[in-house]
Amino acid sequence: MVENSRTRMADAGRGKRRSMSRQKWGAIIGGSALALYGITRRSPLGWALAAGGGTMAVLAGTRMRSQEPSVWTSLLVNCSPEQAYRFWRDFENLPRFMNRLQTVSVLDNRRSRWTANGPMGQPIRWDAEITEERENEFIAWRSLPGSDVQVNGEVRFQEAPAGRGTMISARIEYGSASGMSRALGQFLRKGANFAMRQDLRRLEALMETGEIPTTEGQSHGPRDMVTGVMRVMDPTRPIPQGSNLKDVFAARRSIA
Amino acid sequence: MKAVCYMGVEKMSVETVRDPTILNPRDAIVKVTSTCICGSDLHLYDGLVPTMEQGDIMGHEFMGEVVEVGSGIQPDKLKVGDRVVVPFTIACGNCFFCKKELWSCCNNSNPNYWIAEEMMGHSPSGLFGYTHMTGGYAGGQAQYARVPFADVGPLKVPEGIPDEKLVFLTDIFPTGYFGAENA
Repeated sequence: MVENSRTRMADAGRGKRRSMSRQKWGAIIGGSALALYGITRRSPLGWALAAGGGTMAVLAGTRMRSQEPSVWTSLLVNCSPEQAYRFWRDFENLPRFMNRLQTVSVLDNRRSRWTANGPMGQPIRWDAEITEERENEFIAWRSLPGSDVQVNGEVRFQEAPAGRGTMISARIEYGSASGMSRALGQFLRKGANFAMRQDLRRLEALMETGEIPTTEGQSHGPRDMVTGVMRVMDPTRPIPQGSNLKDVFAARRSIA
Repeated sequence: MKAVCYMGVEKMSVETVRDPTILNPRDAIVKVTSTCICGSDLHLYDGLVPTMEQGDIMGHEFMGEVVEVGSGIQPDKLKVGDRVVVPFTIACGNCFFCKKELWSCCNNSNPNYWIAEEMMGHSPSGLFGYTHMTGGYAGGQAQYARVPFADVGPLKVPEGIPDEKLVFLTDIFPTGYFGAENA
């Protein structure tokens, strides 16, 4: 099922991906050929050609990996797979550690309604359905047709050896259907690797300590403008919903 | 309350700031009775450590009296009126490292762990008043300080021993002890 959804996702963005990969393979093959030709010349110009061609091939090869339509990460958490599974399975818990989510409400045993922070403070909404699950091991879900975005996910809970807790591995796939949905998907995809790592670290803190460590709202001396701007621009610390940007700047003293 | 604030390289000043409040269930507020300036505060003063910001409250060596505890703290661990020495490392007590008593490696207490990971590969625990790389927690060179995970770190000390004989337990004495043990 998950494999199927991954294939479908790849199909959705097929046209663009194919032309991009054609360019890349061109660069890799062309660059390698240039490098080989340069080496066989055994002259200064030949070495220069070889270096240039080699660089081109390596760059194209490494860039290739960043085109993945999905992000994944895993983290070792000091709890049992049962605890982690039970916490995650109640999807309404997800916004507690996923900063970009506003709310998730469970509709029935398999379906849930998700709301995430979108561009310009506008919400992005989608309905999700669990496609497969094995108790204490694995949950996979997909967004249903008619949603703002196409975003599928899966999470795995594996007992780590030597009593080291549970390895939680999560993967989110961003589809690119068309038009608005595609743009919103790209909005969510931006910085998703880092955001996901942060989310799992917050989950770890929540599971292990019962709270998420923070300095948000602590007292401090007068900040300067630079700090204020940095605080407002910091994607890792989103300004709470409903707060006025002007107030955030004007009340520089309250910026943590 | 009054607090010593970092206002730029080689600029420190005593500012009047808002009193600290409980932000998480396992927080406590300590009324500071004694605090020290550490040798490593000089690195901050000289501007040698990145991620200091204007307005940060200094100080990671302090002791005092508990004046408020969060809802998540069991009374047998800590209660209002306790006299405590606060270690400079913030430790959650529940993670892999804390279970091994490697408090300074705590996995959870540094919300800005990623800055430290970028710079050093791994992140230490959160620290009081010591740059945003180690959490950006407000420090103890102030009249009051918020202590996170207060049921783990703070060491209860008996009445009758003067502050001057106890405050070294925050950083100075353990640092020397650790050095001697590793020598």
